[in-house]
Amino acid sequence: MSDTSLKALRGSAAIAGVATFGCGETPGFTDMELLARAAVAAVADAGLKMSDIDGVCTASASATMWAMPVVEYLGLRPRYIDSTMLGGSSFIAHLLPAMYALQAGQCKAVLVCYGSAQRSAQFGRREIGAARRWMDPQPYEAPYEPMQPLSSYALAASRHMFEFGTTRRQLAEVAVAARQWAGLNPEAFMREPMSIDDVLAARMVSDPLSVRDCCLVTDGGGAYVLVRADRARDLPKKPVYVLGNATAVWNRQISSMHDLTVTAASQSGREAYAMAGLSAKDMGVVQLYDAFTINTLLFLEDLGFCKKGEAGSFVENGGIAPGGHLPVNTNGGGLSCVHPGMYGIFALIEAVRQLRGDAGARQVLGAVTALAHGNGGTLSSQATAILGLEAAL
Amino acid sequence: MAQEPTMAAANGVQAIHQAALDEGRFLIQRCVTCSKHVYFPREHCPHCGSVALDWVAPSGQGTVYAMTTVRRKPDAGGDYNVSLVDLDEGVRLMSRVDGVAPLGVKIGQRVQARVQLSEGRGMVLFAPLQALEKTAP
Repeated sequence: MSDTSLKALRGSAAIAGVATFGCGETPGFTDMELLARAAVAAVADAGLKMSDIDGVCTASASATMWAMPVVEYLGLRPRYIDSTMLGGSSFIAHLLPAMYALQAGQCKAVLVCYGSAQRSAQFGRREIGAARRWMDPQPYEAPYEPMQPLSSYALAASRHMFEFGTTRRQLAEVAVAARQWAGLNPEAFMREPMSIDDVLAARMVSDPLSVRDCCLVTDGGGAYVLVRADRARDLPKKPVYVLGNATAVWNRQISSMHDLTVTAASQSGREAYAMAGLSAKDMGVVQLYDAFTINTLLFLEDLGFCKKGEAGSFVENGGIAPGGHLPVNTNGGGLSCVHPGMYGIFALIEAVRQLRGDAGARQVLGAVTALAHGNGGTLSSQATAILGLEAAL
Repeated sequence: MAQEPTMAAANGVQAIHQAALDEGRFLIQRCVTCSKHVYFPREHCPHCGSVALDWVAPSGQGTVYAMTTVRRKPDAGGDYNVSLVDLDEGVRLMSRVDGVAPLGVKIGQRVQARVQLSEGRGMVLFAPLQALEKTAP
């Protein structure tokens, strides 16, 4: 019987392969085709064959039985399947159960994969929103016509500004830092320079968030392969070990959130750090799901990079931009790199690329640990992963 | 309270709540066991797990906890407010504060609930409670 305590699971599995495909605008591709291209590339990156894959994790924002067509399309007969759908955090939340399954011997190679043609599809964000009103009703909020998910994040931003004096300029710092990182990333969708004044002058959508405080709507696929640590050491790429992972959900509706300035990331972060035996000060590079600029501020606080209420000043003067005091969202994030409906897997992939030293002009030098954090719904689900190189084991 | 629906009614709490709204009455729940108020309506108390929940009429007075102005083109109806309001009973709900320009709604502002009927369907809206605002500490 294998030891599957959280402490024993620390570093027991490693990400052996990652890939993205079609990030940006890829008309003519379906969700599944984007997923499949990324999946095949991630498996090849891991030095494995598709026939080696005996575990699958995936989720879709529209198909409720998505694991079945994915398994069918990829031609697999998996022994381990996880299609837990927690919104954009899902692909980070998939880590820990897969680690248990690997440790227990249920499977040997888990493929976590996602694809969405949200930008190019005929059935896009508007249509999904209309369908969700029937499939996933929120009868206590919908009558007031919040522009979801945007208005929920705007409400959180309004409260953060009220309680802590956070300013729109500080929110704009987050968008500008993301854009500066994107300028160093050839895969990023929006790379042209953008100033704080550009963000402040952008069209307001749901106060205090302007269109430049909001993530992109792109196409894209992403995938990674998780294997046991002992196997990863025999594969071609530098293993990126999973040191900690935790997921937390406190509510679905923003109106059910107890304190709009404290997210469940405070729980997922605490538990992931505890499993890893590390804390915020140990993190070399940080990827936070930035669906909106306020997310980055909330997660910097809830994950311990600064005190509650102080993230606004933390990001000032390029604090999280290239050359700042903490490298955050080094691919350009959901704000400027890629955001095909759900971004979580891309945050994790960027963390892996940074640790491997594969990040090109945006490479953070000397990082041996990384934090990747996923968010889902309307600040509803939070999943934190702590990753590290062998030196961090 | 005798005329109010109870948990033993034939409908689920969502339908009971909406039926009351459609008659112009705003009801929330109160747990018989732990005394806490509950909103949105549940089949059991999310605080203590009790299934003994009464329907009660709240004072309707509350405080704006968070707010946003959703921008919309004038020909589509113009901008509108979406707020989270904390009722004095200790529960929070999403609503709209009317009777003031959307950008005039402020966090901390005291508001009063009313039920608006539109084509037979009731919904809770709020308006500023100016008099109380002036005397609030």
